[in-house]
Amino acid sequence: MDLNTLWFALIGVLFVGFFFLEGFDYGVGILHPFIARTDTERRVVVNTIGPVWDGNEVWMITAGGAMFAAFPHWYATLFSGFYLALVLMLLALIVRGVAFEFRSKMESPVWRAVWDWAIFVGSFVPALLWGVALANLIRGVPIDGTMTYVGGFFNLLNPYALIGGLASLAIFTLHGATFLTLKTGGGMDERARALASKLWYPAAFLLLAFVVATYWMTDVHERLGVDPGVVPAVAVMALVGCRWTITNRRDGWSFVLTAVAIVFATVTVFIALFPRVMVSSLDPEWSLTIYNAASSPYTLKVMSIVAGLLVPVVLVYQGWTYWVFRQRITPQSELHY
Amino acid sequence: MDVVMLARLQFAVTTVYHFFFVPLTLGLSVLVAILETMYVRTGDETYKKMTKFWGKLFLINFAMGVVTGIVQEFQFGMNWSEYSRFMGDIFGAPLAIEALLAFYLESVFIGIWIFGWDRISKRLHATVMWLVAIGSNISALWILVANSFMQQPVGYVLRNGRAEMDSFFALLGNGHVWVQWPHVFFSAVATAGFFVVGISAWHLLRGSDRLGIFSRSFRIGVVYAAVGIVLAMLVGHNQAQYMTRIQPMKMAAAEALWDSEDPAAMSLFTIGNERERRDVFAVKVPGLLSFLAHNSFSGEVRGINDLQEEAVRIHGPGDYVPPVAVSYWAFRIMIGAGMLMLLLALYGVWKARSGVPTARWYLRASVWAIALPYIANSTGWIFTEIGRQPWIVFGLQKTVDAVSLSVSGGEVVFSLVAFTLVYGILMAAGVVLLRKYATEGVPGDSAAPAAVGAV
Ligand code: HDD
Ligand code: HEM
Ligand code: HEM
Repeated sequence: MDLNTLWFALIGVLFVGFFFLEGFDYGVGILHPFIARTDTERRVVVNTIGPVWDGNEVWMITAGGAMFAAFPHWYATLFSGFYLALVLMLLALIVRGVAFEFRSKMESPVWRAVWDWAIFVGSFVPALLWGVALANLIRGVPIDGTMTYVGGFFNLLNPYALIGGLASLAIFTLHGATFLTLKTGGGMDERARALASKLWYPAAFLLLAFVVATYWMTDVHERLGVDPGVVPAVAVMALVGCRWTITNRRDGWSFVLTAVAIVFATVTVFIALFPRVMVSSLDPEWSLTIYNAASSPYTLKVMSIVAGLLVPVVLVYQGWTYWVFRQRITPQSELHY
Repeated sequence: MDVVMLARLQFAVTTVYHFFFVPLTLGLSVLVAILETMYVRTGDETYKKMTKFWGKLFLINFAMGVVTGIVQEFQFGMNWSEYSRFMGDIFGAPLAIEALLAFYLESVFIGIWIFGWDRISKRLHATVMWLVAIGSNISALWILVANSFMQQPVGYVLRNGRAEMDSFFALLGNGHVWVQWPHVFFSAVATAGFFVVGISAWHLLRGSDRLGIFSRSFRIGVVYAAVGIVLAMLVGHNQAQYMTRIQPMKMAAAEALWDSEDPAAMSLFTIGNERERRDVFAVKVPGLLSFLAHNSFSGEVRGINDLQEEAVRIHGPGDYVPPVAVSYWAFRIMIGAGMLMLLLALYGVWKARSGVPTARWYLRASVWAIALPYIANSTGWIFTEIGRQPWIVFGLQKTVDAVSLSVSGGEVVFSLVAFTLVYGILMAAGVVLLRKYATEGVPGDSAAPAAVGAV
């Protein structure tokens, strides 16, 4: 494996980690108005992700930094091309992050209601937009011979990308629900389970629709053949199996299975892309690949050493936080936020 | 306005806004860690209350720093994609390292710190705060490695139409990093010092210090502020000399020095005519600029006209003069604010040897002085960045060539307005909260959630 491939894989891993972790954060943010009935309960729900959401979000920031370092043209074309979508996402993330910190710092019900809304919208928008973005990456967007995106905003809102967006929204929400069945108590876990049971239908349907649409509307079948291989199959099977574990109250397994679905679906996207990083819909020759978009070999080498040293350390201490905060949270727990 | 101007405006707005919160995070994280360490060492509950009180304010500020930082991470690609292509090889590396080495550290451990009061031992909890403080300051170091390359490119070769990294250690060993980072760090220490002193003074003025928390905070804060400001100024002097060597044009603009002089006079106050490049009115101290630049009262300091001619010889026709008025005044405001801070801090330390200074004028001045470091930090950056114009990467790429080709003026206007609005609203909310918690004082009552431990 050359370093370009290694970095493609590493960025894939960063996105996998990001969607796995931040996926349930988004889900919790989207669900909290529906699962919590009182102010205390809302605090319980927000507290399930309170200590970890910022660390989870850094997976996205690191993915951005890694794209910049390893594939500067990818970073440049993607973020200038998907400009308005990214602005919307950033605005959502800004209000969301502040909302977690601010909501409980004043007693006023109006103040809290505003920030609760901010948490909802701030989680909903990125959960949707990430799917739109990934779908556009594999479908291809108009990129000219100078690696410049020439498509405008509405090009991004094609039916295929919208299915992708709805699928990511539904799966992250389900993932949040299975997370909450594990982390809350005092009746909220029951409500989370009931919601998970309902959310399963749209999530499963949309994931399936996305898989079908991928065959139908992109060049994936030409490149990978009709047999999709085990990776997407595992994603779909995990989600199907989740039906059974939710009904039978195997909460730990439900969470594991939604996680597996997200992880394998993300890996599928990256497999479909490889070795391209952005597909040009104008001319395949103009696609950005892990070679023409890359940094110099020297930079890749330096960054490989750095990542090899640091990533394991990060994994250890981030794992430790989850260990420290492993208990369920109930209205009787002491609440911070 | 064209796209370039709009993109510049947007960068200036979002970055100055980000840096509004950054210095307090850098300086106060260290101070809170020190306070918590004192608590662990002495077991004195007053230190614990201080840790929680300042920690609360730290967190409100921290949240704003985090969310505004996210925009920073992506906006090079959004508005400056040609720059990102040209520089990505070099620029992306420190950014990615910053995320791996520093952002994870601070954001993971801050979660533990907030929620972990009764989950982990006292000693470990204090260690966690140190990790947050170290993470924040390492993050500053790496972003300044990136910024220093833009001021003084080193360790690169021009190849394939872009700057490619040639030596990672040259990048890290860039002399500019090692004057810029200390200056930023000590400015941050001063910022936190004045913040603590000002809020403590506010409570002392009201006589609301039953627990002795604010008098103790005042005394610690004033020493912290004094150390910060003295060292920021000393390093700043070094930095100015360094700048005169690597970017003489910036120094000439800072001084509105149109023609080379030997010995060069330092301007105290100049109203100039930028288009005709001449003074309309000026007050100058002979020889002082030579002294600042060379530590001797003679020695040439080169002027704008000479440097412009030289730049044309090297880089071809064009205007290589940065906006002189902005550079000149930004530099002066930073230094003026620094002088004021120096006086206030030294007086405070002198008085605080035997208890807290009680003169009401001084306490009142201390409250107002909270603003001074913010003014100096912002003008300092505005000077650094504007004084580099028209270059985005000094000598290698011009700002006009750096902007994204696929982004229209309308899109930039939309994002500029949206960010400015959202930032404005959040700033208001943040200030409301900071005021509330700063003036509420220390919890002894149930109204203040700071007393409650973690989840
Ligand atoms: C000298 C210091 C300094 C400077 C010049 C900058 N930052 Fe910053 N940044 C920090 C010092 C800092 C910090 C103190 O470390 C922050 C503030 C609050 C925090 O959590 O970390 C931070 C937060 C922060 C975050 C959020 C991290 C998180 O989620 O925890 C990002 C993504 C960036 N920054 C990125 C940038 C970029 C791309 C910059 C270049 C324009 C930049 N910052 C300038
Ligand atoms: C946080 C402190 C900083 C502040 C307050 C600041 C301030 C500014 C300001 C005011 C401008 C506008 C200058 C102009 O357009 O005339 C600017 C431009 C810019 N700065 Fe900074 N800056 C900071 C840090 C950085 C860092 C750390 C980097 C890179 C690592 C950076 C990169 C840039 C770029 C790319 C531009 C846009 C192009 C330009 O106008 O030159 N800045 N900054
Ligand atoms: C007499 C005192 C001071 C001197 C001589 C001084 C000098 C300088 C110089 C020369 C620069 C520009 C460096 C460059 O562009 O290469 C600078 C930038 C800056 N200054 Fe100061 N400074 C002083 C006081 C202060 C104070 C009191 C603060 C804040 C509390 C401050 C904050 C900053 C910041 C944030 C920057 C931008 C970052 C950087 O380039 O380092 N300065 N200063």
